[in-house]
Amino acid sequence: MVFDIGLALLIVAVAVWTIAARDTFAAVIGFVAFGLLLALAWVRLAAPDVALTEAALGSGVTGVVLLGASTRLRHAEISAADKKPGAMLRAAAAVLCTVVSAGLAAIVLVLPHPAPTLAPQAAANMAATGLGNPVTAVLMAYRAIDTLLETVVLLLALLGLWSLTPDPFWGGLPGRRHHDDPDGVLTFAAQLLVPVGILVGIHIFWVGSVAPGGEFQGATILAAMWILAAMAGLVDAPPVSRRWLRLILVAGPAVFFTIGLAGFAMADGFLAYPESHAKLLIVMIEVPVTLSIAATLALLVAGPPERMPQQ
Amino acid sequence: MSLALDLLTILAVSAGVFFFLAGTVGLLRFPDALSRLHALTKADNLGLGLVVLGLVFQEERLFAALKLITVWLLTLLAGATVTRLIARNARPAGPRG
Amino acid sequence: MAEFLLAAAGFVLGMVALGLVRILWGPGDADRIMAAQLLGTGGIATLLLLAEAMHVPAAVDVALTLALLAAFVSVAFVKGSAGSEADGA
Repeated sequence: MVFDIGLALLIVAVAVWTIAARDTFAAVIGFVAFGLLLALAWVRLAAPDVALTEAALGSGVTGVVLLGASTRLRHAEISAADKKPGAMLRAAAAVLCTVVSAGLAAIVLVLPHPAPTLAPQAAANMAATGLGNPVTAVLMAYRAIDTLLETVVLLLALLGLWSLTPDPFWGGLPGRRHHDDPDGVLTFAAQLLVPVGILVGIHIFWVGSVAPGGEFQGATILAAMWILAAMAGLVDAPPVSRRWLRLILVAGPAVFFTIGLAGFAMADGFLAYPESHAKLLIVMIEVPVTLSIAATLALLVAGPPERMPQQ
Repeated sequence: MSLALDLLTILAVSAGVFFFLAGTVGLLRFPDALSRLHALTKADNLGLGLVVLGLVFQEERLFAALKLITVWLLTLLAGATVTRLIARNARPAGPRG
Repeated sequence: MAEFLLAAAGFVLGMVALGLVRILWGPGDADRIMAAQLLGTGGIATLLLLAEAMHVPAAVDVALTLALLAAFVSVAFVKGSAGSEADGA
């Protein structure tokens, strides 16, 4: 109990600090810290799947994306620092935040005891899907359409990012080239960490069918490891015009959609699985989706293309 | 037997937590960034190692114990290298090595 | 045993909180980047203790993920901070 109160207070304190921080770099670090503490809170609430996603995706990868944005804006920030938002705007923002927080708190406190839940039915019907983890059953069987749409949304985000490319670099290489120092510390670390990280990513993806884990978390770890290798200068980003890269990006949603359509023939409707082959179909969807999401996240972090390949 | 294991766990975890305390005291009291970094990395990683040792005594399956040790080794590797990078960033002009 | 481990987790969390106060106050980017290190190590210790205290073995997987992601985020922050124009780490 004391632990939970302390954790909650710490989370609120870090959130307040993040908002009050004067420069963007500090605020991004505060955001990452906030995300990690939130992952601890999810573990305390016995939701390890959400904790995994929060630690990897919500805090790690999103933090690095925000960091990239803050780096690009650094010179613009200095000139914008003089123009502060007016008192009226800040008061309106404060009122809006208070109203939303109060509304959320009211909803949580007014919920009946025990809260309405479909968890028993979800757990009872898991055997038909062949899965052992109810969260994965919800993501890949009961609400598979949501997961399909999520993968498409990620792809659309990447398209939006690529649309920011300056004209001369269209179809070029994203991100800057990092020099590799063969005797350097970072190269050593990357050469050891990246293979282990890839194994861990595959493990977390594979174990998701029976224990907390799954394709989003595993894909995030794979993407992070690729970016680590790129930051060490060990690999360079491929030009975004390469066909194989675009094939990997699209493979996940495409396979998902195709198997969904096949559901009309094999079972009752879109994204319905025949009971005998449910687990096989789910795995056939999960593998390309993991690869696609890993590539999409890595490219989202890398940013829009900013150089052309050396001819 | 399990009483002896429980005792070992309590001893190791307490020692580990003590090192976390020592690291935090160093973090709060040391005057400049590099010494703070030193206190943070060395003491906290040692504390984590002792905590992992204590928890290994509680595990029944070998795979779970190996997983705990892997977490510690990964943290050690990551911590050692990242510390070097942070230090190099904080004071780039210094004697190499 | 579970209460002891939970108390130990709470103590480590308290240490992380104290460390955060110092780090987030400290001037300069190097101090801030250390926050990622502190939270990484302290968070992993807390997660491992919670895994045993609450009998949630998946928390060890979360700790494993955190170890990798903390390294990744720290390197990204060092590369992205103002003084890192000279590569050659």
